[in-house]
Amino acid sequence: MALQDQAEFDAVIAADDKIEPTDWMPDGYRKTLIRQIGQHAHSEIIGMQPEGNWISRAPTLHRKAILIAKVQDEGGHGLYLYSAAETLGVTRDQLVAALHAGSHKYSSIFNYPTLNWADIGTIGWLVDGAAITNQVMLSRSSYGPYSRAMVRICKEESFHQRQGYELLIRLCEGSSEQKAMSQDSIDRWWWPALMMFGPHDSDSTHSAESTAWKIKRVSNDDLRQQFVDATVPQADYLGLHIPDPDLVWNEERGHYDFGPIDWEEFWQVVKGNGPLNRERLDHKRAAWDDGAWVREAAVAHAEKQAAREFESRRTA
Amino acid sequence: MAGLPTAELTGQTVDDEGLFRFLVGHADDNLVLAQRLGEWVSRAPELEEDLALANLALDHLGQARALFTYAAEVQGEGKDEDDLAFLRTEQEFTNKLLVEQPNGDFAQTMVRQMFFDAYQLILWEQLSEVADSRLAGIAAKANKEATYHFRHSSGWVVRLGDGTDESHRRTQRAVERLWRFTAELFESGEVDAAIGRGIADQAERWLSIAEGVLDEATLTIPDDPFQRSGGRAGAHTEHLGHLLSEMQWMQRTYPGLEW
Repeated sequence: MALQDQAEFDAVIAADDKIEPTDWMPDGYRKTLIRQIGQHAHSEIIGMQPEGNWISRAPTLHRKAILIAKVQDEGGHGLYLYSAAETLGVTRDQLVAALHAGSHKYSSIFNYPTLNWADIGTIGWLVDGAAITNQVMLSRSSYGPYSRAMVRICKEESFHQRQGYELLIRLCEGSSEQKAMSQDSIDRWWWPALMMFGPHDSDSTHSAESTAWKIKRVSNDDLRQQFVDATVPQADYLGLHIPDPDLVWNEERGHYDFGPIDWEEFWQVVKGNGPLNRERLDHKRAAWDDGAWVREAAVAHAEKQAAREFESRRTA
Repeated sequence: MAGLPTAELTGQTVDDEGLFRFLVGHADDNLVLAQRLGEWVSRAPELEEDLALANLALDHLGQARALFTYAAEVQGEGKDEDDLAFLRTEQEFTNKLLVEQPNGDFAQTMVRQMFFDAYQLILWEQLSEVADSRLAGIAAKANKEATYHFRHSSGWVVRLGDGTDESHRRTQRAVERLWRFTAELFESGEVDAAIGRGIADQAERWLSIAEGVLDEATLTIPDDPFQRSGGRAGAHTEHLGHLLSEMQWMQRTYPGLEW
C-alpha cells in the first residue's frame, strides 16, 4: 500500500503536477512544508512590526494610507499562509504557539530596526524585492495550496515593491537630507537583504530534500544572484551607492560579482542575537497575552448564546 | 462659493468660512481616530482584529482626506490636505474629545468606536442628503463604511460586556470613562445646523442606539451626568498634544519637503 502511495507521489512530482491536501505524501514532505509555510506566515506577521513602527509618523496622509494598507496586506498574507499550512493537519494556534516558544523561526530580516522614513521605501524595494524573487520560484512549488497562495501573494508584493521604489525615487529627487536618509537606509539594509536568500547552497540544511520534492526549485545562490543583477541598476538609477567595494559587472559571466557575505552576522541573527530578535518576539507575545481575556470573552459569549438558543428551542 | 449648502432645508445659509470650519472639524474627528486606530496595528488580540483595526484606520483616514481636500479648496489659499493635517497646532484642531482619548485596552477602543460609529451612522445619513453634492457624495460613501464599522464595534461591545467577568468589568469601566465625551457629539453650532440639517436633533436617536447595544451587553450607563466639551473650540484633553507631536513630527522636522 505504502509503496503504491509513494510511487503515485513520485509520479506526480516527476510530472510537475501538484500534490493536494488529501493526497498521500511522505511524512518528511509534510513536515518540511509545515515548517516552511509556518515560518513564511510568521515572517509576514512579525514583518508588520518594523513597518508598523512608522504608521504614526508617516510624513503625508497619502503615505500613511499606503503604509497602513501595506501592513494590512501583510497580515492578510499571514492569515492566508496559516490557512495553507492548516491543510497539512496543523492548527493556526499550534503554529502561533511554536512562534511564541521560539521553536519556529521567521525571516531574520525583520530583526533589523526601521530607523528613518527611507527604511519604509527600502523595505518595499529590497526586502519585498528579495521575497518576490524567492516567491516567484515558490509559486511553482509542488504543493498546490502553497503554490496558489504564492501566486496571489506575489501580485501584492510586486505592488509593494513598486510603491517602495517610488518612495525612494521621491526622496532621491529631494533635499540633501532626504538623499542622506536614503543612503543611510541602503547602507543598513543591503547586506541583510542578501542574507534573506539563506546560506550558500553547500551549507543549506534543507535544500537538497526540498529541491528533490520540487518544493524549492532554484538554489539560494542562484536566487541571490538574480536579485543582485536586478537590483544594482535600480540603485544606480536612484543614485545610491551599494555598500560593497567588490561589486562589479562580470562581462564573462554576464552577472554582477559581489563581495563575501558576513555569515557570522547571519548565524548570530538566526540564533537570536540580532538587533531586535528579543523585542520582536516580546512584542508579539505581549499582544497575544494582553488579548487573552478578549479571546476568552468571545468564546464565553458564544457559549452563552448557544445555551440561550438551545433553551429557547427547548421551551418553544 | 463652493457648494452652497442646504438653505432650502434649514432656512439658513453658511459662508465659506463656516463651511471650512465644518469640514475641518469632521476631518479632524476622522484623522485623530485613524491615528489612534493605527496604534493598534500588530498589537490586536487576534490576527483578524489586526486586519479589522487597520481597515477601520484606513476608512477614517480616507474620510478625513476627502474632507480636508474639500476644505482646502473652500479655503482657497492654495493649501492641501497635508497642510491642514500636519501644520495646525493643538488649539487649531477641532476634533471632538471622544476620538482623542487613548486606546486603553481592547474594551476601551471598542466602546469608543461603538459610540462614534453610532454617531457617524446618523451624521453621514443626514449629510448624504444635503444639497452640496460634493459633501453629500463624501457622506454617502462614508455611510456605507459606518454601517460596517458599527456592526463590528457593537458586536464586540456585546461580546465583551456579556462575556466573562473580567471582560464585563473592563467594558463597564470603559463605558464609565468614555460616557462623559458622548454629549459633545451632538452639540452643534449654528453652522452644523445649517449644513447638517440639524444633527443636534438626533441625540435621542443616538441614545437609543447606544442604549440598545449596552443593554444587550448587560452594561449600564453611568449615573454621573457630567459631560465634557470643548473640542470644536480647540479646547482639548491633554492627550491630543502628544498624538499630534508624533503624527506631525516629520513635517515639523523637515519643513517644506515633498514626500
